[in-house]
Amino acid sequence: MPAPAAHLKLPADLVACHECDLLQTEPALLPGQTARCVRCDAFLARNPPDSLDRTLALTLTALVLYVIANVNPLVGLDMQGRVVAVTLFEAVQVLWRDGMMPVAALVFGTAILFPLLELMMILLVLVPLRLGRVTPRMAPFFRLVRSLKPWGMVEVFLLGMLVSLVKLSHLATVILGTAFWATAALILALTFAGRAFDTRLLWQTPLPDEAEDARVTSR
Amino acid sequence: MSRRALTAREAGLLSCHVCGQLARPPVDGAHNLRCPRCRAPMHLRKPASVSTTWALLIASIVMFLPANLLPVMTTTSLLGSQQDTIMSGVVFLWQSGSWPLAAVVFFASVMVPLLKIIALVYLTLSVQRRSTQNLLQRTRLYRLVEFVGRWSMLDIYVITMLVALVSFRGLATIEAGPGAIAFGAVVVLTMFAAMSFDPRLIWDPLAGRSADPHTAHHD
Repeated sequence: MPAPAAHLKLPADLVACHECDLLQTEPALLPGQTARCVRCDAFLARNPPDSLDRTLALTLTALVLYVIANVNPLVGLDMQGRVVAVTLFEAVQVLWRDGMMPVAALVFGTAILFPLLELMMILLVLVPLRLGRVTPRMAPFFRLVRSLKPWGMVEVFLLGMLVSLVKLSHLATVILGTAFWATAALILALTFAGRAFDTRLLWQTPLPDEAEDARVTSR
Repeated sequence: MSRRALTAREAGLLSCHVCGQLARPPVDGAHNLRCPRCRAPMHLRKPASVSTTWALLIASIVMFLPANLLPVMTTTSLLGSQQDTIMSGVVFLWQSGSWPLAAVVFFASVMVPLLKIIALVYLTLSVQRRSTQNLLQRTRLYRLVEFVGRWSMLDIYVITMLVALVSFRGLATIEAGPGAIAFGAVVVLTMFAAMSFDPRLIWDPLAGRSADPHTAHHD
């Protein structure tokens, strides 16, 4: 493994814990192993086997499932012969029309937009890496992945949908749609993709020229 | 490395929150530092962490009241019209026999936001008092707050699906109420509050107590 920090004259395996700032040596990890902070037990790094290929495969799977989950009806309701079925986007539209714009925007962001953006950004970062074309330009996309991650809430959405269906089961007959099952599968794909992703892959190739300056640069 | 626990700050190093790169800040103490490897903005600690967290916490406490007192939805059916708050929704689930679900919703919608606010107030206060007690427990508490926070979105999704599905004109309709906006605001504000809190501040008072003269000189 090329040592990205070698030109800093700091040991390449020296890391600072993100949660308690303790300097420590990151142990060499066997495939499947995880390193944790010696002081506060925070996650430091993981070495998932075959990370790049698995993450790419799972992210592409997630993208396909995402499309299925968003174009098909999630659930339908049969009330005395009258049937209502909605896709996720239609549900957001109903909220918007009812004057609940902030709530509609929140649902649109956390259940539709941010999960999609996260998937796209992961692909934007990993596809060039897989093809062996590493540029420093992909770093901002990765930063976006990191800041979007907490706001994608597909799994919370699925549980919310289950709760609403239980509430409605007294009123009407509930019909689970294709998108419901696709969303459940999407959560699995996202979870496994997240576990397979070794973010250290991105930084193992030293960047050209400007990184020669060992010090932090000011803008 | 060192006999005594040494943090990046004490060693005069900054660590990049995106790629983990360690770097020495320039001696002139310039601002707007960027990571030499991934170009992300670099800070010794999250900027204005304590005051930002306080501001967001106070805002979430203010929004917490309308979120729980105002109706989150109005159900209109042949039997008349009924307004529900977050808590009456839980009571309905409990009375209709789905008590495991009632417990889940009560936990996600009532307990999580409340405990999250209390935990963050405690963490911020203890950091301001430069407490050196329960360092590990407080770090774990912070991790828990970050992990469970997203699950409070549950009720927002429940409301979305109910409003979208129950739109049988003449038979039954459900509309979202103003409480839903306040509740969404609490979830978003507490998530931002947790993100603005820097868990490294929990461990920083240890540096001042050590016999080591290398105490922090940046801020």
